[in-house]
Amino acid sequence: MSDKKTFVDRMPFSQQIAGFFARIGLSPRAMVIAIPTLWLLIFFLIPFVVVAKISLSEAAIARPPYLPLWEFKDGILNVTLNIGNYIFLTEDPLYYSAFIESITIAGFSTFFALLIGYPMAYMIARAPDRTRNILLMLVILPFWSSFLLRVYAWIGILKTKGLINGALMWLGIIDDPIVMMQTDFAVYVGIVYTYLPFMILPLYANLVKLDESLLEAASDLGASPFMTFLTITLPLSLPGIFAGSLLVFIPAVGEFVIPQLLGGPDTLMIGKILWNEFFSNRDWPVASAVAIAMLFVLVIPVMLLQKAQQADGEQS
Amino acid sequence: MKRRSLFITIAGILGFIFLYAPIVSLVIFSFNKSRLVTVWGGFSTKWYGELLQDPQILGAAWISLQIAFISACLAIVIGTLAAFVLVRFKKFRTRTLLSGMITAPLVMPEVITGLSLLLLFVAMQGLIGWPVGRGITTIIISHATFGAAYAAVIIQSRLVDMDLSIEEAASDLGAKPIRVFFDITLPTITPALISGWLLAFTLSLDDLVIASFVSGPGSSTLPMVIFSKVRLGVTPEINALATIIILIVSLGVIVAALTMQKGNKQNVA
Repeated sequence: MSDKKTFVDRMPFSQQIAGFFARIGLSPRAMVIAIPTLWLLIFFLIPFVVVAKISLSEAAIARPPYLPLWEFKDGILNVTLNIGNYIFLTEDPLYYSAFIESITIAGFSTFFALLIGYPMAYMIARAPDRTRNILLMLVILPFWSSFLLRVYAWIGILKTKGLINGALMWLGIIDDPIVMMQTDFAVYVGIVYTYLPFMILPLYANLVKLDESLLEAASDLGASPFMTFLTITLPLSLPGIFAGSLLVFIPAVGEFVIPQLLGGPDTLMIGKILWNEFFSNRDWPVASAVAIAMLFVLVIPVMLLQKAQQADGEQS
Repeated sequence: MKRRSLFITIAGILGFIFLYAPIVSLVIFSFNKSRLVTVWGGFSTKWYGELLQDPQILGAAWISLQIAFISACLAIVIGTLAAFVLVRFKKFRTRTLLSGMITAPLVMPEVITGLSLLLLFVAMQGLIGWPVGRGITTIIISHATFGAAYAAVIIQSRLVDMDLSIEEAASDLGAKPIRVFFDITLPTITPALISGWLLAFTLSLDDLVIASFVSGPGSSTLPMVIFSKVRLGVTPEINALATIIILIVSLGVIVAALTMQKGNKQNVA
């Protein structure tokens, strides 16, 4: 009954919109496609073009702090492309080692997140319906609360006079505190902790679809639980492992907050370098060159992720 | 079979402890009388009192809430349109472009997004004179963009699951596509719209890196103020703030989950 009323009430509004589209000579369909496409084009894709452009300019003490790429003077167009920023990146070993260290840290963190996340995803997927929803919510909940504050929480746990050292010394296991803060160890903990939900959710989505009769068939045929896992569950969950790993690895490579708060001065991660180039050195062209180099490193994983998600979309 | 489930259960429970131990420690030590994190000096709510008298934090919180509200609304409009187009329009020329641009912000390192948006705003100011300087407007635009990406993912999965027969019935009975969208599609995906909006809202409230790049003088957001305080060391005041945020977020997520469940039940019936 009430539905019928809203039908009538809303009619003029939708007709108004349709009329508006007709007046500016665009089909509603084209308009609906154009709005999100244009927004993302302007505020997501074009910015990369701007970054690429500025990475080829020369730093200067000016506002904004770089020289223009082209100049039109006396009827002559002067274009100056400065690849010096890129040469600088290859010559200074700082950048090279920062890239290697970022990829290493991100890679190992992804592996640890998989080790911790797989059993959790499996447990959730096999739980009875009610428990499953609660467990899923428990995985998502930390993701919703402040990331910065959750990283901050680890400072209190890991620092020299922190909770872990306090507990271990109180138990008499150690006499002197272990230095954990401002080490790569703390950075690993921070990254694994922060990105764990990104690993669990795609794994869960994959494992929950697993046909349990396959597992029964395997054990009926005499396979041990471990063999069943190795020959059936694991291969079938590879798409989930793949998607989850990429979702952890890609953002972890460019992570800034975690190495800044938990890592030490020796922790060279490329996100931190970019930040310092921009905010401390105010060298916008070099910061842009670092960003472009990072994009080149990440373009393959991002495309793989895209493919994996498309394949997943077609399946469902 | 039994032994493996025991292993999985123990590993799973340990995993949840790993997820929640830091949060629990934040909450516990927000009620600590002592300034030191390890020393329990007795129960006290004095840090909450100090927090509520800190004009810097309160001001930044107000700015952040405004930004989060507006950017989440923008994000939900863009995200819904993108999701709808990608799920319902099977073939159009810019399809690959749009689906790429809606997924990439999810994984793009924040330093890259932040830097690129800042450089865009600077270039735009030089070319067309807008936006003038950086501040709340530029943060809202940036947050709306990545918020839209997250919202689109949630709405997409809801649209895929949706029963098409109701929409088909409506158009068979002569409803124009736009009326079908407003009268059938939108009400059906409302739970996804709510959780998409909430996600965009919390992500905006939470963002430090992108906001640091695109903000200007006088528009320090809450994470920016927290970050500058945290760099100087652990302060229980921040623990109190964290506890309040966690409480609000938990309530929000539970309410959203209940609405979702209700929505699902209605669909079944």
